[in-house]
Amino acid sequence: MSLAYDLTPQEMPEDVTPEMVERIDEICAAYRGKPGALIPVLQKCQEVVGYLPVPVQEHIAKALGVPGHEVYGVTTFYSFFSMEPRGRHVVRVCMGTACYVRGGKEALDRLERHLNTPVDTTTEDRRFTLEQVRCLGACGVAPVVVVNQDTHRKVMADAVVDLVEQYD
Amino acid sequence: MSKISIDQLSQIQQKVEKEQALRQGQTGTGAHRMHLLICGGTGCQAAGSIAVYEALKAEIDKQGLSGEVAVIETGCNGFCALGPVMVTYPEGIFYVNLEEKDIPEVVESHCKNGEPVERLFYKDPSSKKFIPHMKEIPFFALQELIALKNRSLLDAESIDEYIGRGGYQAMAKALKEMSPEDIVAEVKKSGLRGRGGAGFPTGLKWEFCQKSPGEIKYVLCNADEGDPGAFMDRSILEADPHAVVEGMVIAAKAIGSHHGYVYCRAEYPLAVNRLQLAIDHAKEYGLLGENIMGTGFDFELNIYQGAGAFVCGEETALMRSIEGKRGMPRPRPPFPAVAGLWNRPTILNNVETWANIPQIIEKGGDWYAGIGTEDSKGTKVFALTGHVNNIGLVEVPMGTPLRTIVYDIGGGIPKKHRKFKAVQLGGPSGGCIPEDKIDTPCEYAAIMEAGAIMGSGGMIVMDDSTCMVDMARFFMDFVQEESCGKCTPCREGTRRMLQILEKICAGEGEPGDIETLEELSATIQEASLCGLGQTGPNPVLSTLRYFRDEYEAHVHDKTCPARSCVALLKFQVDEDKCKKCGMCFKNCPVDAIDWKKKEVAKINLDKCIKCKTCIENCKFDAIF
Ligand SMILES: Cc1cc2nc3c(=O)[nH]c(=O)nc-3n(C[C@H](O)[C@H](O)[C@H](O)COP(=O)(O)O)c2cc1C
Ligand code: SF4
Ligand code: SF4
Ligand code: SF4
Ligand code: FES
Ligand code: FES
Repeated sequence: MSLAYDLTPQEMPEDVTPEMVERIDEICAAYRGKPGALIPVLQKCQEVVGYLPVPVQEHIAKALGVPGHEVYGVTTFYSFFSMEPRGRHVVRVCMGTACYVRGGKEALDRLERHLNTPVDTTTEDRRFTLEQVRCLGACGVAPVVVVNQDTHRKVMADAVVDLVEQYD
Repeated sequence: MSKISIDQLSQIQQKVEKEQALRQGQTGTGAHRMHLLICGGTGCQAAGSIAVYEALKAEIDKQGLSGEVAVIETGCNGFCALGPVMVTYPEGIFYVNLEEKDIPEVVESHCKNGEPVERLFYKDPSSKKFIPHMKEIPFFALQELIALKNRSLLDAESIDEYIGRGGYQAMAKALKEMSPEDIVAEVKKSGLRGRGGAGFPTGLKWEFCQKSPGEIKYVLCNADEGDPGAFMDRSILEADPHAVVEGMVIAAKAIGSHHGYVYCRAEYPLAVNRLQLAIDHAKEYGLLGENIMGTGFDFELNIYQGAGAFVCGEETALMRSIEGKRGMPRPRPPFPAVAGLWNRPTILNNVETWANIPQIIEKGGDWYAGIGTEDSKGTKVFALTGHVNNIGLVEVPMGTPLRTIVYDIGGGIPKKHRKFKAVQLGGPSGGCIPEDKIDTPCEYAAIMEAGAIMGSGGMIVMDDSTCMVDMARFFMDFVQEESCGKCTPCREGTRRMLQILEKICAGEGEPGDIETLEELSATIQEASLCGLGQTGPNPVLSTLRYFRDEYEAHVHDKTCPARSCVALLKFQVDEDKCKKCGMCFKNCPVDAIDWKKKEVAKINLDKCIKCKTCIENCKFDAIF
């Protein structure tokens, strides 16, 4: 991710509704002043909005009373946080060692080709976001692919296309 | 529920013990005549174990057996690849690959008529015989359980079940009968070394912190489990979360701490849920919180969810992260035992380390030190994966030879036409142990000498279809991506190494590349601040040590001997080697292969998408 994001105040993107902003304010109010609050707040806010665009980060910074660059610094450091909107379905292919040696790489290649989108991007129709993750701790059933909350095991390259096509 | 005293703890234990006795093969003491323990760990859930569990309960009800047969959902049983798995007691019969549709038959035939269903038993891959009893399956028979003592034996969401297995008795003993010095002495005597990677003596760490002056101190649990391919911590938290809680309270008493955190990665939702339940139940019973069991000791425990950065597993970075900052390591000293979380004296231990503590306190340090080797005491849990028949969690006494783990417990390499090549130990900080060192005993020093490290216990078996240069590239990609960027050698050097490795795998290696890799490795190891940079080049160095010829083949001959690096493959059939079997033809996903009976296969390169499926399926290495 580029560091060249514009840090001047921006308007909220359209997909961030007033109700979401209200929820964000509630979350921040509950944590304000508590030590170590920033990461849990960002986790909760990302749950509400789906991602953390810069204006949302600025809003959080104000509501918690911490400098904007600190919020931005944390958001960009941890891979859990995303600054881009995600697709309706998030497909995460495990690229941990166990999955890699048992064919996870081939499954990922096949998906990139099928969805016509490189890893860590979202398809144009916003149906899928394709991500790779580092070990989901289900190595015993490698290769593992997680679609939204569903963990699928032993997903070989041949099967992965049919798997994602079940989600529309 | 109300707060309980030490006496009431023992009463609960005695009551539950009677019910659980069935799982030790004793009948007639509990309310049920049969227990069905179905695995609800992550691996089995991915295989549909929740639906099987629901079906089982419904079927037991339907057949009017609910008063006699209990259905219990456990954490990971260890043999994940065969999930959903279930053990039935008192017989100890092990069912594998259960599906919803099998349930009516299992209940009717086994639970009702006492005739177990043979087709669902474990089948030995070499003898092709069914083995009904769990304890007779080599995968289980050769293990010795301490950290995983309760695995697949209890309902992980019930505190009573844990107490029934003797849980919280060690904590009661530590709080009531032992001084902080006694506790530290016992842990020191056990010889326990930290299971998170570096193997630092646990008792010594506690002693430093105990002696550090300070009113406020912290006890932390490292459940970040960043090593790819390792899942023992996840499994312990899902199967036996109270063991970790109990261990942490004992340490709290030893160092005089009243507050702790478990730092758990957000990718482990089931582990977080079960741990949270465990904490809530312990609080309700007064086994956590204020005045624990009336002993006057207070301890609060909270979960802190990580946000996806491998470097946060490093202890100083982890503390930063709990403070809500970017998780970057800082130089030591000061050591965390003096100035850790919020600058207070702090101890951090790994999940598996914590799970050993209650038993060390209960049975004594000498008992623990009696297991394992001189250099490495006790047992170690390994996550055995990769190209091996029996994939799963394996706990063995330290000193067990690698061969025993890979062949006797793991059942060897699955593909008949493949050969064992190496085991990778220790993840991105570790290295490979090749075939001629397969008799190395699993203990810290011997593994180090063989060129790897114990690490957190990820053990990846690789057959000869694995390209070692590509493996090195894989780990370097990991390290490069996870470098926090604070030190230039780690940030820039690993990127440079990755570029070279990518180039070599792409068939563009040049003379001198191997030497450059070696130079860069030395610099990065020396000039990096934390363990990530200091050990990051290890997979490259260890593969160079044992498989240098493979690097050379890539650079000089532009070939990949393992037939793995796509850029170096021609996707042609060697007519002399082709046995005309048609396996490649049958498996190609895009019909790019021409083949007829009794004819050599031919690959149509215009259609081929270079997916390597044919190469994997050709038993005769005829495609190059
Ligand atoms: C880059 C890096 C990542 C680490 N990741 C983990 C981890 O995921 N889990 C863990 O327990 N220890 C990890 N460690 C080791 C910890 O820093 C620390 O040594 C350990 O948690 C101490 O506990 P132990 O003595 O019980 O092993 C990591 C170390 C480094 C340098
Ligand atoms: S060695 Fe690497 S990961 Fe560790 S502090 Fe330095 S830059 Fe960060
Ligand atoms: S590499 Fe894949 S597409 Fe090409 S011939 Fe082999 S199986 Fe078919
Ligand atoms: S799988 Fe191998 S041996 Fe069999 S037809 Fe294909 S190339 Fe020939
Ligand atoms: S390596 Fe994929 S789940 Fe562990
Ligand atoms: S998750 Fe069921 S055996 Fe591991």
